[in-house]
Amino acid sequence: MSAALNEAPNCPRRYPAKPTDVYLFGTCVLDLFDPEAGVSVVSLLEREGIRVHYPQDQTCCGQPAYTSGFPDQARAVAARQLPLFAGDWPIVVPSGSCGGMMRHHWPRLFADDPALLPLATSIAERVLELSEFLLHVVKPRWPRAGAAERVVLHTSCSARREMNTHLSARALLAQLPNLEVVLQDHEAECCGFGGAFSVKHPELSAAIASDKVDALEATAATRMVSADGGCLLNLNGTLQKRGSALRGEHLASFLWQRTQAPA
Amino acid sequence: MNAPTPIRFHANVRGVLANPVLRASFRGAMDFLMARRAAQFPAADAFEALRAQGEQIRQHSLARLPELLETLEANLQRNGIQVHWAETPLQACRLIIDLATRAGGDLVVKGKSMVSEEIELNHALEAAGIGALESDMGEYIVQLAGEKPSHIIMPAIHKTKEDIARLFADKVPGVDYTDSVDELIQIGRRVLRDKFRDTRVGLSGVNIAVAETGTLCLVENEGNGRMCTTVPDVHIAITGIEKVVARLEHVPPLLTLLTRSATGQAATTYFNWISGPRRAGELDGPREVHLVLLDNGRSGAYADIRLRATLQCIRCGACMNHCPVYARIGGHAYGTTYPGPIGQIVSPHMLGLEATQDLVTASSLCGACGEVCPVKIPIPDLLLQLRQQSQGNAAAPLLPGAGRGRKALQSISYQLFAWLYARPALYRLFSFVATRLRAFTPARQGVWTGSRAPLRPAARSLHERMKSRAGESCA
Repeated sequence: MSAALNEAPNCPRRYPAKPTDVYLFGTCVLDLFDPEAGVSVVSLLEREGIRVHYPQDQTCCGQPAYTSGFPDQARAVAARQLPLFAGDWPIVVPSGSCGGMMRHHWPRLFADDPALLPLATSIAERVLELSEFLLHVVKPRWPRAGAAERVVLHTSCSARREMNTHLSARALLAQLPNLEVVLQDHEAECCGFGGAFSVKHPELSAAIASDKVDALEATAATRMVSADGGCLLNLNGTLQKRGSALRGEHLASFLWQRTQAPA
Repeated sequence: MNAPTPIRFHANVRGVLANPVLRASFRGAMDFLMARRAAQFPAADAFEALRAQGEQIRQHSLARLPELLETLEANLQRNGIQVHWAETPLQACRLIIDLATRAGGDLVVKGKSMVSEEIELNHALEAAGIGALESDMGEYIVQLAGEKPSHIIMPAIHKTKEDIARLFADKVPGVDYTDSVDELIQIGRRVLRDKFRDTRVGLSGVNIAVAETGTLCLVENEGNGRMCTTVPDVHIAITGIEKVVARLEHVPPLLTLLTRSATGQAATTYFNWISGPRRAGELDGPREVHLVLLDNGRSGAYADIRLRATLQCIRCGACMNHCPVYARIGGHAYGTTYPGPIGQIVSPHMLGLEATQDLVTASSLCGACGEVCPVKIPIPDLLLQLRQQSQGNAAAPLLPGAGRGRKALQSISYQLFAWLYARPALYRLFSFVATRLRAFTPARQGVWTGSRAPLRPAARSLHERMKSRAGESCA
């Protein structure tokens, strides 16, 4: 595992000490389609003694408009999020792509706005994708037991190439006892979602997703795990349409379910 | 020949996706090229250091592009190489036709040159009564088939060896069907050798032009490039204005990045330094060497600093080898000379943004291209900028066709998105209503449900769940 962790080309990020409080940016995808994952994040962090603040006025990071060539609209949405995260707590984001948007693209969106740029930059520095936050900051002590299971991990392109956190989800899962984590063929390849790409180029998106789903099914895993809600919408939709028994779960939901002490 | 165009991208894509043989062969070929490249860069740190150097060299060259081109011209002329400037493909074709005609050539034997594809030189020569013969094996195959290259490094990668066997049996006189690769190569070699001897004009591309020495560098594996540039009386080289570097010492890092990224070779079989025509007393070499420097939209990419990094490209093709879109559809579907991610960012400068509006959106922004680019071109960022220009949402765009990708429905959608998602109370009402209507989720949701089950909201939003949770803990 340590050899695999060294694959990451970038310098390791400097992580803060374990905080008492964090913000949760829940993402618009989880808000409407997988709130259980958001609640699981809160459960996981509270169990570790961290208080989670979820500003009720949050909506979306603005990525759909931004990646489609509408920066003004993205800026209008992002600007409303900024003051909600003005304290100095870390901001936990259970999605590689929303995290990438906030860490890398918000400072660019507000580059010409001297009033908002300092806050955007401060937020960018405090954004942590869930898996890196758990692995490097929280360092949970997982239960020593668990049913034997084989899962396959799908890492998003944003986690891999923007956040450099594709290995942290893998490393977290490797800490769980009796869990076999398998890799699918062409593991590093996109699932074909790409936000608006999936509707602008539906045939291409479907072709890429179909190959990804073939590779996931070929692993004979019982569940697929991913830390990205967008990929999960696309992959679960494709799996369901083709009548597969395999389903993907958000990493947070999976970790919470698997590590709860028996009631 | 009904060549695909970028305007018909969606139709082109549907055509290719329906062909399972083509899809499987492309996938296999891309896997092979990715593995070859990966073997050349075993250590991530070393690759990062080398490509940072490559990026700096290319940025340095572009920062001084106008003066480097003047230096290049002066030093080429000092070496006896005649320099010609062409703003458009038409001008470049005319220049080459004039040069070939003056040399008394009725045939031009060509080494591999994507810029000659860009200007559609073969058609222009043919129209002027001059033949063109491709001498690179891949290009020869594509020419025999009446097609265009589907990859900038491997022009015939879309063809199986059986395709090539049938093609040779049909088109090369006196050849019987054989699918032995060695025999096929020998057949091509025999045809081409004879032509090299008798042809007056050879044409080649250029990989790197060195300003301080007036040297043209040409990389190749088959030896045909050396034949084209040394055997005929007249050698005409053609390249884009961005291929210049300042100094000789800039060549080795770019060269090692190029060959490792392109074909997974530490070095190519041949590396040609072309520094002038045959000198007095020399027994071989061309009597004249010409360089045609083509603009064709490149100065526009240079002028827009937001898009200038496009010109850093050294044409290795690694971005297409690693692209999930290219791997599914191959090169022809793009309908442009340069396919794949590099084609998506460079073609708008050559064809305008109106014709290429569907190309700039044909990326999931997965970032695989930027990750492998040996000169660190931020291809996803450039696609974002091109999307803004295509939608008419970028200040002072220089590209022709800017704003022509704007569609009313899409613009209204994003305005509505911004209006709703910038109003938290309204957004919560929206998500409340959406979750309560979950039983009425439509089974058909446009193109989404073409290949996926419908999107169905949860019973309660995360906002609601968190609100009731907060209530619990207060109680």
